Amino acid sequence: MAVGNPGGTPVEPLGPRTELDGRTVPVVGAEVVDEATPIRARGLALPSDWSRWAAPLISFVLIVAAWQALVVVARLPRFILPAPDAVFAAFVGQFPLLLSNTWVTLLETLAGFSLSIVVAVPLAILISSSSALRNGIYPFLLLGQSVPKQAIAPLLLLWLGYGDGPKVVLAFLTAFFPIVVNTAIGLQMTPPEMLDLARLLSASRWRVFAKVTFPAAMPYFFAGLKVAISLAIVGAVIGEFIGADRGLGQMIVLFSANQRTDIAFAAIAMLSLLGIALFALISLAERVVCPWYDKAS
Amino acid sequence: MIQLDAVSKVYPTRRKGAVQALARLDLRVEPGEFVTLVGPSGCGKSTVLKLVSGLLAPSAGRVTIDGETVRGPRREMGFVFQTPVLLPWRTVRDNVLLPIEMLGQSPGPHRARAEDLLEQVGLSDFATAHPWELSGGMQQRVGICRALIHDPAILLMDEPFAALDAMTRESLGIELLRIWEERRKVVLFVTHSIAEAVLLADRVVVMTPRPGKIAGVVSIDLPRPRTIDQQYDDRFEVAAREVRRLIEHGGEAHGGR
Repeated sequence: MAVGNPGGTPVEPLGPRTELDGRTVPVVGAEVVDEATPIRARGLALPSDWSRWAAPLISFVLIVAAWQALVVVARLPRFILPAPDAVFAAFVGQFPLLLSNTWVTLLETLAGFSLSIVVAVPLAILISSSSALRNGIYPFLLLGQSVPKQAIAPLLLLWLGYGDGPKVVLAFLTAFFPIVVNTAIGLQMTPPEMLDLARLLSASRWRVFAKVTFPAAMPYFFAGLKVAISLAIVGAVIGEFIGADRGLGQMIVLFSANQRTDIAFAAIAMLSLLGIALFALISLAERVVCPWYDKAS
Repeated sequence: MIQLDAVSKVYPTRRKGAVQALARLDLRVEPGEFVTLVGPSGCGKSTVLKLVSGLLAPSAGRVTIDGETVRGPRREMGFVFQTPVLLPWRTVRDNVLLPIEMLGQSPGPHRARAEDLLEQVGLSDFATAHPWELSGGMQQRVGICRALIHDPAILLMDEPFAALDAMTRESLGIELLRIWEERRKVVLFVTHSIAEAVLLADRVVVMTPRPGKIAGVVSIDLPRPRTIDQQYDDRFEVAAREVRRLIEHGGEAHGGR
C-alpha cells in the first residue's frame, strides 16, 4: 500500500520497518550465523530449479517415446505389448471401472497398512524397552520375515475366503516388518547423554519416552512407513491375484487373460499412481510431524 | 564440598577383561571452586565426572558431597556434554526448560529464568529459534543454560568446548566464567586444552594415563575476572608450563596431591 505513495509516507510505515529490521538483524549479524547456512542455500539452488522438474519430465517423455517406437517398429501385437497411446486410451476409456477398482484396492491397502502400524509400533516399543524382550521377539520377527508372504496367500484364501480378508492380511504382513524394524531402531537412537540427563534428574521412564525417545524416533518411523506403504499395495494386489472379484489386481489378471493388455497396463499405471499418491501423503505427514528432520541433518 | 577418597573404577570389558580407569584417586573440591581436569585421552577424566554425579558407582573408595556419600544420580548436578545434544523439535527455550520437565515440574514458572539465562549468553533473540538455526558455539551456550536451569549446586562439564573452533572456545570460556562469578557454583571442567584449563581454573588437576591418578595439582593465582589477554601473563606461562610438565612426566611424579 505504501508503494503507491511516492514521497508522502513519513512516520507511519517506518515504525514497523525498524521493528522488522530489529528482528532480522540478530539473525543475520550473529557471529557468522554458521557457515552452513549459505552452503545449504547454495546446495538447494545447485541442481538449478528448472532441472528439478524438467529433467525427470524429459526422461519420462523419452522413455514413452522409445516404448511407442518399439511397438510401432517391431509391429508388436496389442495383446503382447500395447503402445503408450493405446494404454492411455484404455486409461481414459475405462476410467470409471479403474476408479471403482482403485477404491477397492486402496481400502484393502489402507486397512492392512493401518493394522500394521497399530501392531508394529507397540511391538517396536516392547523390543526397544528391554534387551530380554528384544532377544525374545526379534528372532521370530526375522523368521516371519524370511517367509515369502506370497507363499501363504493361498492358505489365507482357504482360511479367510474370497472377501477382503486375505488382501488386508497380506497388506498387513508385508507392511508390518519395515515399520517394526525402523521404529525399533529409532527408539534406540536416543543420545546416551540424554539418558544420562534423565537419570540425573530421576525422570520417570514414561517421561523420558514421551519427551525424548518417542519424538526422536519419528523420522525412523516415517522412513519405515515410506517403505511399508508400497509393500502394502503389493500385498493387497497379490491377495487379489489369488482370488478376488474386484480390485486393480483382479483387473490385471482378468484383462490379461482376455488379451486386453491395454486395460491391464492402464490398471498397472493406476497402481503406480496410487503408490505415488500414498507415498506423497506420508512424506507430507512426515514434514508436518517432524519438520526439523531435513533441517537438522 | 566434593571429596573423592581412594576412588578406583574398574570397567569390565568383553574382550580385554577388566580395564582399570581410575586407581585410588583422591581429590577435594572446595565450595565455589572452579577446577579443571586435564590429562591424556582415556585417563578417566570423564569417569571422575560420572562418579561425582552418581551416574557411576566407584569400584572401591568413596565419593562424598558435603559429607554425604554419593549413592546414585543426584539432581543437584548440572551436566554439560561435549556435544550440545539439543532436541531438534524443541525451541531453544524449550530445550533449556527440558530438565524442569524431566523433574516433573511445570515449565511455566521457570520460563523467565530460562530467558534470563539465554540473555546472559547473548541468545535472547533466539529463544524461539530451533537448534538447527544456531551455530555450534550458540548450541553449546544453550547446553550450558540447560545445565543451569534447575539451579544445580555443582556444574560438571565434560570437554564442553572441544568441538568448537579456538576463537569461539576462548570467548565461551570467558562467558562461562562470568556466569560462574555471579553464582559461584562448584565447577568440575574436563578439557584437553592446557590453555583452557589454566585460563578458567582456580586449580588445574592433572591426571596420569590409565589407570588415572592425580599427577599433580597446579593452583592458578591469576586475578579474576579472567580475560583472554591473561594468556600472555608470565604467571599464566609458568602455570601452563607446569601443567605440561605434569602431563608429560606425570608418571614420574608421586601420585596424590
